[in-house]
Amino acid sequence: MNLSRFFAAIVRRELQIAFKRWGDLASPLMFFVMVASLFPLALSPQHEMLRNLGPAVLWIAALLATLLSLNALFRGDIEDGSMEQLVLSPYPLALAIFGKTVAHWLLNGLPLVMLAPALAVTYYLPVEGVRALSLTLLIGTPTLSLLGAVGAALTAGVRQSGGLLALLVLPLMLPVLMFGARATDLAGSGEQITGPLYLLSALLLLALSLLPLASAAAIRISLD
Amino acid sequence: MTRLSAINLTLWRGPNCLFEELSFQVDAGSLLLVRGSNGSGKTTLLRVLSGLTRPETGHVEWCGESIEKTRQTFGAALAYFGHADGLKADLTVTHNLEFSAQLFGQSGEQIPGLLNALNLSQCAQLETRYLSAGQKRRTALARVLMSDAALWLLDEPVTNLDAAGREYVEDRLHAHVAGGGLAIAATHEDIRITSESPDEIFLGDGA
Repeated sequence: MNLSRFFAAIVRRELQIAFKRWGDLASPLMFFVMVASLFPLALSPQHEMLRNLGPAVLWIAALLATLLSLNALFRGDIEDGSMEQLVLSPYPLALAIFGKTVAHWLLNGLPLVMLAPALAVTYYLPVEGVRALSLTLLIGTPTLSLLGAVGAALTAGVRQSGGLLALLVLPLMLPVLMFGARATDLAGSGEQITGPLYLLSALLLLALSLLPLASAAAIRISLD
Repeated sequence: MTRLSAINLTLWRGPNCLFEELSFQVDAGSLLLVRGSNGSGKTTLLRVLSGLTRPETGHVEWCGESIEKTRQTFGAALAYFGHADGLKADLTVTHNLEFSAQLFGQSGEQIPGLLNALNLSQCAQLETRYLSAGQKRRTALARVLMSDAALWLLDEPVTNLDAAGREYVEDRLHAHVAGGGLAIAATHEDIRITSESPDEIFLGDGA
């Protein structure tokens, strides 16, 4: 089997498992929807204020929802021994980890990207703002998944690691949050967002090229 | 020459020395049993031999080269039957094995026959969460049996199996070794594949 088929097999298996566990899949998304839709209800309904707060709230909710979903990323595989089999297989572990991360993004990141425009309406974001929000989330959430995978791999051997995971990866995720929310904000007030978009893309490329290797190394340490 | 050599392996776990300066080699066509009481380090030794755990000193060689350097060739030659079954609870027996077949680069057409031989055909479409401990063990064994790996590392291969299952495993182990394969099994039960007893190493107090 060549590498691309191995990668496809990993992704397909992850999706297969995830669709058998709807509950695990839905709860981070529910969290995102609830946080993002409760803010406009609790705040006073002034269009101007909601429009100013919207980008930040939506991005923070997306970030926290991603964090919520990360804890279980490798835990199950390590507990049931599947990870040992992947580590011992003749294929590169980094590719297997990358496959799992891609599946994680498809199951958690992509739904966030698709839900965000609907929620943005409740903040009276202008069309440009909604477009920028979708675009920045589309570029930003894969970076979040890749960063989170490193944290999940490092803490996979630790019990009750939720807090530790957040502590480890949150600082690394901050640049994505700042560029993402800022770009959405700028676009909403009719300004150019090429700069933050380029920076987000650069972060994604950097994450794509380095982080699967880091996650694989961390998994080996966790299994030792 | 197909050979697994352990060279000067030492490993401590907390204050306990599991093994110190342990050296041995297993040649093609032989079975080595790792014996010892519970907690004596049998599983850990297998994990070291597979490359999952790093020893404090020494190294493991496959065909004369350190397994750290030849991960890909060693991985292709290895079937590891670990302490954990490595099965996804949400997938059926067949789906689990099909994925393993893909990893081994096989089509998976031998899966029904193997399930039949292991007396698992009635649960082929069952998610593995509903299987008994023995049935899970058999499913994990099926993965080893369908690989064409030269080296089998087996952690308690006959535990939880009934007499018939055990006999089948011993038969297959015999065929594997007779066909020029290598096998290392950690066990506290007797595994007989020929009239003469296989090589053994003892860990812990018996060392």
